[in-house]
Amino acid sequence: MRNILSIATICLAIVAVWYVGAVFLNAKWERDQAARAGVEIGWAEIVPATMSQQRPVLPAPHQVAVEIWQTTVDKRITSKRSLVYHGWITLSATLLGFAMGVALGILLAVGIVHNRAMDLSVMPWVISSQTVPILAIAPMIIVVLYNIGISGLVAKAAISAYLSFFPVVVGMVKGLRSPDNMQLDLMRTYNASAWQVFWKLRWPSSLPFLFASLKIAIAIALVGAVIGELPTGSQGGFGARMLNGSYYGQVLIIWSALFGAAICAGLMVGAVGLVQRAVLGRMGLAR
Amino acid sequence: MSWAAIAIAAWLGGWAANIWLARQAGRPARLLVPAIFGVSLLVIWEGLVRGLEVPAVILPAPSAISVAFVSSLPILWADFVQTVIRSVLPGYAMGCGAAFFTAVAIDRSPFLQRGLLPMGNLAAALPIVGIAPIMVMWFGFDWQSKAAVVVVMCFFPMLVNTIEGLRMAEPMQRDLMRTYAAGYGQTLLKLRLPAAGPFIFNGLKICTTLALIGAIVAEFFGTPTVGMGFRISTEIGRMALDTVWAEIAVAALAGSSFYGLVTLVERTVTHWHPSIRG
Repeated sequence: MRNILSIATICLAIVAVWYVGAVFLNAKWERDQAARAGVEIGWAEIVPATMSQQRPVLPAPHQVAVEIWQTTVDKRITSKRSLVYHGWITLSATLLGFAMGVALGILLAVGIVHNRAMDLSVMPWVISSQTVPILAIAPMIIVVLYNIGISGLVAKAAISAYLSFFPVVVGMVKGLRSPDNMQLDLMRTYNASAWQVFWKLRWPSSLPFLFASLKIAIAIALVGAVIGELPTGSQGGFGARMLNGSYYGQVLIIWSALFGAAICAGLMVGAVGLVQRAVLGRMGLAR
Repeated sequence: MSWAAIAIAAWLGGWAANIWLARQAGRPARLLVPAIFGVSLLVIWEGLVRGLEVPAVILPAPSAISVAFVSSLPILWADFVQTVIRSVLPGYAMGCGAAFFTAVAIDRSPFLQRGLLPMGNLAAALPIVGIAPIMVMWFGFDWQSKAAVVVVMCFFPMLVNTIEGLRMAEPMQRDLMRTYAAGYGQTLLKLRLPAAGPFIFNGLKICTTLALIGAIVAEFFGTPTVGMGFRISTEIGRMALDTVWAEIAVAALAGSSFYGLVTLVERTVTHWHPSIRG
């Protein structure tokens, strides 16, 4: 309860700062307009005017909210101007890439845990693969995959997959190694095969680590999909929407796409959290 | 086909050597195994590109990339200076510094902490790179807009990590500081900041990659005619993929050495931590 109060206070403070910022950043344009028209204007006229500019430097929160409402609820979702339509394009790439990345990550982690040569040779490269700013070369991957004949959904998903496999590998390696020697010895005394040790001991005890990684992975997968849409032009998606907005100076479009992506990220992380609670609760591992 | 055969031979040879080396204990194996793996990957890449005659517009061979790297060194250096020295480093310093001081400031108010921690966690999961077009509109095409993106991208991971870290000092240790009659400042400097070290450095390490990504992505939305992001997007347009890959090599080198540098500082500063002593 006290947490909610704190969070609400912080949210209110952010919105307040945002309004003040909108007034100050947009005031210059109003003054210029007034000077051009040869009129003197005071703060009493500037403040309301800064709230409803067509192309503000910083749109006021309610302008963004109205724009999001108009492009989600008031438009048919099949329309190209609907944010839901663009959101679905991004989300489908995100989810496909997330699934690919998680599968790859789990396979790699299983290999790393069971094979010492693989542990020594692959693990350092997995870590250094993430110090490469892969997002920055996402456009190139898109173009190259397009040349081979893979385009659209799968190409974007490949970038999401590359980004999301890393947290899964690191988390799963930790998780699969989390059973201590005592437990492994117990499995030995039961004469359990490697297969049984994996399914009955290692896999269940790695699940808390897996879910923690999944939350990070799905958030990064969305970022990957958005960046992947930048070079594909105007085929749709949050990234394409941002690029269009920046070309035509439509600030509201950029902000609504940004918030749409943020809301999607929040919802997906929340969904993973719900699955986590349900699964770990059934297993008696919930904290 | 002989090149493809060489690639397969390199794969098998490297793998066999690694399996043998992995059985040996000791430090040289630890360094040698990943090196062999990396080299055999390069040989396989070269062999497959030549053997299957992959056109250069799809995937250039490592040898072609290294030629492009050497021949366009001055351009690559100019891009490196523009992107890393002028955009990433100031943005990184400002973002991490601001987050650090914010965390120390709100550390005295549990109320603000309880509110900011979930918000920070949420913001760290958001696609913040999306603000790049907005920042380019606000701050113009030069390095200032890139640095601004880097500041915002670094802020939240650093904030969350520092707040978490400042909680690490145990009540027993704080009580000890109290019995020494240490004031707030002394407790902060001598107990809580050192205890927060591993977390702070974790944040700093996460931010190195984010900073580089932020700067390069922001360059896709408009730049002066220099910079790594600019070069990548224009060279793709010209289908000069070997230059693009050379630029990626620079980005990878810059990213890894930045990360390595922070790790090095971490090892000297938090030398007492079990994960480094052990």
